[in-house]
Amino acid sequence: MTEFLAMGGYAIYVWPSFALTAIVMLANLFAALTRRKKVIAMLKRQHAETKT
Amino acid sequence: MFRWFHKLASTKNFYRLAEIMTPLLAVACALLIGVGLYQGLFVAPTDYEQGESYRIIYVHVPSAWMSMFIYMVMAFCSLLFLVWKMKLADIVAEVSAPLGASFTFLALVTGSLWGKPMWGTWWEWDARLTSELILLFIYIGYMALRSSIENKSSAARAAAILALVGVVNIPIIHYSVEWWNTLHQPASITKLGKPSIHISMLIPLLLMALGFTLFYFVTMLLKTRNVILEREVNSAWVRERIKEDRL
Repeated sequence: MTEFLAMGGYAIYVWPSFALTAIVMLANLFAALTRRKKVIAMLKRQHAETKT
Repeated sequence: MFRWFHKLASTKNFYRLAEIMTPLLAVACALLIGVGLYQGLFVAPTDYEQGESYRIIYVHVPSAWMSMFIYMVMAFCSLLFLVWKMKLADIVAEVSAPLGASFTFLALVTGSLWGKPMWGTWWEWDARLTSELILLFIYIGYMALRSSIENKSSAARAAAILALVGVVNIPIIHYSVEWWNTLHQPASITKLGKPSIHISMLIPLLLMALGFTLFYFVTMLLKTRNVILEREVNSAWVRERIKEDRL
């Protein structure tokens, strides 16, 4: 395991590459999901207002 | 064919299709990236020249491919929007830009992290690196242009024209390694004939690349659905869905 994490001495280059890629991709996905929640909440609020 | 095309172009039908496709694509995407990571990190052998550092290829190359693929989607949608005034195409182009910029950024940074141990430098004004950096600027310019023009429809038109003009950069990126003999290595996969990479290293790369492509589609579809809802708040079908709590 330690050997695997060491990446043959290239750990400081390999792991940041993978970590950054994961962070950037997940940030994009979460931004889309959060936006969706907000839009739905907004639509429901508007709908409730027009009904009354 | 045209009828089918026309049907898909209606935001209501697209919304419905995206709703069905998103979970399927998301599952396939998770599987591909999961298996790709496992194979790339554990199964693929050590490179005889680059040691373990070459494993950066599994995030670097898919990111770089996506940076160009998303641009082509954006440019194609811009063309559909300019010629046929297809609103849906404009939405897809709009939501794709930040995704494309993200992958371009990743290609540049992971490339830098790979370049330091292999070439001895974080950055070089090499043709491939410079044209990829220009791609990042085009994406940023596209987003800046869209948000800086007050009138929505002129913003969409101006951005679409910029996206089409920027297409010239894509073949420059692709062929830069052949036209200029500089630091970045030539293509090892997309060249004609046999790829110069061993199958055990190639399979995880293709899995990751396909996984990244599906990730783009999942996120793009989610974002497109958001924009459709926002733009069509007052349409009958959206009202109907709100009433049925089926968004």
